[in-house]
Amino acid sequence: MDAFQIIGPVMIGPSSSHTAGAVRIGRLARAILGEQPLRAEILLHGSFARTVRGHGTDRALVAGLLSFDVADERVREALELAPREGLEVTFGEKDLGDVHPNSVQLNLEGREGKVQVEASSLGGAQVVVNKIDAFEVEIYGDLPTLVAAYPDRPGVIAAVAALLAGVGVNIAGMRVSRREAGEQALMVVETDQAIPPGLVPAMRALPMMERVIQIDPV
Amino acid sequence: MTRYNFQSMAELLQIAADEGLTLAGVVIRYQEDLEGKSREEVRRAMGERLAVMRAAARKGLHEDIRSPSGLVGGGGKLLEERRLAGQSLCAATTARAIALAMAVAEVNASMGRVVAAPTAGSCGILPGVLLALEAEKGLDEDLLIDGLFAAAGIGMVAAGQASLSGAALGCQAEVGVAAAMAAAAAVEMTGGDAVQAANAAGVALQGLMGLVCDPVGGLVEVPCVMRNAMGAAQALVAADIALAGVQCYIPFDEIVAAMVQVGRALPPELRETGAGGIAACPTARKLARQIGIKTLDKDSLQENLSVASPGIP
Repeated sequence: MDAFQIIGPVMIGPSSSHTAGAVRIGRLARAILGEQPLRAEILLHGSFARTVRGHGTDRALVAGLLSFDVADERVREALELAPREGLEVTFGEKDLGDVHPNSVQLNLEGREGKVQVEASSLGGAQVVVNKIDAFEVEIYGDLPTLVAAYPDRPGVIAAVAALLAGVGVNIAGMRVSRREAGEQALMVVETDQAIPPGLVPAMRALPMMERVIQIDPV
Repeated sequence: MTRYNFQSMAELLQIAADEGLTLAGVVIRYQEDLEGKSREEVRRAMGERLAVMRAAARKGLHEDIRSPSGLVGGGGKLLEERRLAGQSLCAATTARAIALAMAVAEVNASMGRVVAAPTAGSCGILPGVLLALEAEKGLDEDLLIDGLFAAAGIGMVAAGQASLSGAALGCQAEVGVAAAMAAAAAVEMTGGDAVQAANAAGVALQGLMGLVCDPVGGLVEVPCVMRNAMGAAQALVAADIALAGVQCYIPFDEIVAAMVQVGRALPPELRETGAGGIAACPTARKLARQIGIKTLDKDSLQENLSVASPGIP
């Protein structure tokens, strides 16, 4: 327990789950895309869809996509600022199935690529990313996180662990999932220390590595 | 782990007694050890939060603000004008506290910058009580920072034993706990001891036991903003009761446990779903429709709830 979790966070209102949490989801989604999105389709589910305007969830998600912080007063103007930043946003509703009531799917497109992210706001500004494209993940955004996609073959986990150990970064948590044995696999690694520059390029240079995403804490 | 670690009010009071400290004193030392920082650093960090509270209070009292839905804004300003005109029925400190609390809660509703204390929905109560005591009793900045640490101690105990979310336990867990925090802060800032502070927290939470979370349209506006003013007044009442030497009898830890039991017994429509209580009044539904919010009734809520209630820290 931390005294500043009780007297804090400093945030833009009105709701830690529907506003601050939504800003964090936007920031995480942008980090997962790895660049400023040019186009964003935002599909709201459940409670997010019902109270979107009154809670400013729409502004908050877009503010996050623009990299604004949860305490940035520009959150309120994010919808007006987006076009000026070259971001085109559309909103819709979607039933995402058996997920938390405060959930959203973001379909992002940047200069380099595109990605589909599903995330939920759990309350008290805590969030979790549930899905990146077809992969189920569990990313909270509190710790530096690496996401790696590769064909499911022996040795990849050891190689990544060795790279991290080599730069003195401790692994706080690691989760590996795959669709089927031998198919594409996805690794999510949370670390105690910041991810030093050079580590992600080194991971990308590993044989068979298809995609590496770095997500700094938000 | 630091020797200032506490899980309950009983432990917090024991450490305070053993070390000859106030509640604030224990929490400051706990936080120093937790972060590996100096006393000055953790106090400065709390001072920065106090500055955000002050800025929000100024904005809410003096600027024309309105929530995106249009339902709230300007109430704190009206209360302040009435106070300045000498028309308040409440005495000086309370009159200030309710204007400040409402103003800060309105800043939150209009997407301004606030400090969640302990939540965004209850963010007006601590600044209301602290800044009112500063103005009326001449308390200095250091004392206010101490007050925030004392309040944090109460909130940490409550958060460890219960959820602080209206969706989980109703408004008692937000406005109720915020009032308990502010009551304890008020006691310590004005010279009461740790036991009296804990008593005040208990009196405040007892008084708000069972308070439901029933926001119109699911927004943090009606009745949330006014409940912040009520909570600030309750905190001052509880502080006076404790400082007068009246016993609370029931230990704070047991009151928190009772709050959890009561919260769990609340039906879902009274836990931040916008489907019960004030939110279910015909006028509330009409207002929600006017601002474009789809409200749930009790039956459609049942279907929605097959998809789990939020698990909140």
